[in-house]
Amino acid sequence: MTHSAVAHHTSMGLDSRKMAFWTFIGSECLLFGTLISTYLIYKGKSVVGPYPHEILNIPFTSVSTFDLLLSSLVMVLALAAVQRGDMKWAKIWLLSTALLGLVFLGGQVIEFTEFVHKGLTLQTNLFGCTFFVLTGTHGAHVAVGVLWLLTLWVRAVQGKLGPANAMTVEITGLYWHFVDVVWIVIFTVVYLIQ
Amino acid sequence: MSQRAAPAAPAALAAQMTHGPTGLKAWLTTTDHKRIGLLYFWTAFGFFLIGGIEALMIRAQLAQPNGHLVSAETYNQLFTMHGTTMVFLALMPLSAAFFNYIIPLQIGARDVAFPRLNAFSYWVFLSGGLFLNASWLTGPLFHAGMLNVAPDGGWFGYANLTERQFSPGPNIDFWLLGLQILGIASLAAGFNFIVTILNLRAPGMKMMRLPTFTWMTLVTQFLIITAFPVITVALVFVMFDRFFGTHFYVHQAGATPLLWQHLFWLFGHPEVYILILPAMGIVSEVLPTFSRKPLFGYPVVVYSGILIGFMGWGVWSHHMFAVGLGPIADSVFAATTMLIAVPTGVKIFNWIATLWGGDIHGTTALHFAVGFIAMFIIGGLSGVSHASPPADLQQTDTYYVVAHIHYVLFGGTIMGLFAGMYYWWPKMTGRLLSEPLGKLHFWLQFVGMNLAFFPMHLIGLLGMPRRIYTYGPELGVSDLNLVSTVGAFLIGLSILVFVFNMWRTSRHGQRASNDPWRGATLEWSIASPPPVYNFSVIPTVTGRLPRWHTERHPAIQDPPAVPPAPIHVPGGSWWPMVAALGLPIMALSALTHTLWIVFVGVAVLLFGIYRWAFEPFEV
Repeated sequence: MTHSAVAHHTSMGLDSRKMAFWTFIGSECLLFGTLISTYLIYKGKSVVGPYPHEILNIPFTSVSTFDLLLSSLVMVLALAAVQRGDMKWAKIWLLSTALLGLVFLGGQVIEFTEFVHKGLTLQTNLFGCTFFVLTGTHGAHVAVGVLWLLTLWVRAVQGKLGPANAMTVEITGLYWHFVDVVWIVIFTVVYLIQ
Repeated sequence: MSQRAAPAAPAALAAQMTHGPTGLKAWLTTTDHKRIGLLYFWTAFGFFLIGGIEALMIRAQLAQPNGHLVSAETYNQLFTMHGTTMVFLALMPLSAAFFNYIIPLQIGARDVAFPRLNAFSYWVFLSGGLFLNASWLTGPLFHAGMLNVAPDGGWFGYANLTERQFSPGPNIDFWLLGLQILGIASLAAGFNFIVTILNLRAPGMKMMRLPTFTWMTLVTQFLIITAFPVITVALVFVMFDRFFGTHFYVHQAGATPLLWQHLFWLFGHPEVYILILPAMGIVSEVLPTFSRKPLFGYPVVVYSGILIGFMGWGVWSHHMFAVGLGPIADSVFAATTMLIAVPTGVKIFNWIATLWGGDIHGTTALHFAVGFIAMFIIGGLSGVSHASPPADLQQTDTYYVVAHIHYVLFGGTIMGLFAGMYYWWPKMTGRLLSEPLGKLHFWLQFVGMNLAFFPMHLIGLLGMPRRIYTYGPELGVSDLNLVSTVGAFLIGLSILVFVFNMWRTSRHGQRASNDPWRGATLEWSIASPPPVYNFSVIPTVTGRLPRWHTERHPAIQDPPAVPPAPIHVPGGSWWPMVAALGLPIMALSALTHTLWIVFVGVAVLLFGIYRWAFEPFEV
């Protein structure tokens, strides 16, 4: 995103893009809130199996969760590197964040495939409907984040990303951390509290 | 970011800069909030006329018992599209037209925070509206006749009627895909206007100096960005049920179709305030101007608006008393519903007190504003009567509810929007609408709407159900229905008078000065219509009524007509429109069950976004 017409002076002293992004995150909270609520409302309402406790693989998903948490740490390092103008490490950390996101998505593909083999599809029961739509929506958000991070990485490689664009990287980071926090809620609600 | 620095001083160059580029390309690529406001206005007014024609067909069908003008199937499509069109394609975007045109002017800004995102909102809205209405004509593509595949499940689209099993045709697909597209337009505009209002205020324009219309817009935008995700998810569930065979609303799978009602009304009740708060804001501008008095109790009006925004989230189940949620839920929602009438009532007393003892100027805008108060009181009172579950059970699904919603949304929102049109028309077009024609419009509409909608209270209490395409003479409501139909056609006539007024004004209308009404707010300090940069010098605000001389503050100076220094004006862009085009392409894919089209849509969307993100934003 490029600058708004009057980006430099703002009434609240907060960059307009950053403020817009916070309102977007607020809106996303309602989106995921609705999905998670629906999951909880339909919990235990499936009339046929497989049921969550038969199929959810907590150790495997714990590793995915750790991977995503790690990516948030790396994202912080990427922003710090951009802010101090260290573009060598900025490139490394941006690419690492994207790769960790890809690893998470890979884990989700493996998990979904395994579930389908064990007889849980979108159409099987309410658990299948709510689980796949909730975690799939989250996965789509991760995929958008990966695309965004790779775009920044390409810009950095082209030499078009520098400390002047630190706000862009900061907003990418906001998005990435938000998606991470949502996953922590999903992991807790869906996997840990069965 | 590089922007064109316009040359300074010489009068000829300044005049060129004032008007901005013209021609089709300039409109298609515009990022000017004023032009986008006009695009919103004309598009929404067109949809308003379509929705009105649908209403007249409904009323023509119901003029006589056992009417046979349209079939039951067509009637279902008519009332569904009438409701959907009026809510999403007429009232919301007509409000958006004023947000776009007026908000930057009221806060002393040169544009919105994100001009290209603003253009994106408009193009997405347009494509969503065209997509929905394409359903009237595209029947042959689905091996059905014309007028056969328009949405027919009601504007509320209750599950499980919307499941593929009960609605196998493309009708519901048009509806839910169209609403998803429109939701994206509203969300994007919501983020944009929140940031604009919070961040682009002129120096000295503190939050408690914001004009009331701007305040109500801010509350509305917060409601939009919180309420729309809920219906987005609810519609995603319908999409998955219809396209991928899930069971979100399928009883046999253990699900409950009531989930839809909860999610829809969790969105739907804030939506009611999304529709009415902008009109309340407009009325709060018009009344002080034509009473020559500051708004009575400005802070209380603002706080009431904020309170309505919060409380609007706690009343949704009053749409569901007939479901049987149990005495505790019914009691709680009855109490919250009665409570929300309090801040609304506070506002009504504030408006009346604003008029009290004022130096009243009986313009057409003031007629509509006072009409708003009177009609909204009637709608509010019938609303309080639904708040009581025992009474509501008598009224549910009868014409009494139709009477209520039309007193609130026609008598309220439409009256308020017309007050805004007569008030801001000179600012937006540079010409004053004819006052005699305006008053004729007002009285025809006022009498027409009361003839059309008041009998519906009685029709409903006598037992006529809504959404049924005909009725028998033995029900004893034939005469009342005829009166209602006559009223509806009077409304239609009043709208024709307004259209004639607009046409006549564009040719012979009196030229408007900067400030034909002696308004207090900043939009009246600049030319009508404003130059492309709005303010030659950004004003410094010292009080809540900057252009009025009050006990505490002298009036501020209007900015000079010619800018003393060069002004940066952002140029146009094609990419918001290109990105917006990706969305209806994706919807087309779902509609036709053709997978490859979705990849085209995603590619167009991504292409548009990337070009948008990396273009140097300049002329």
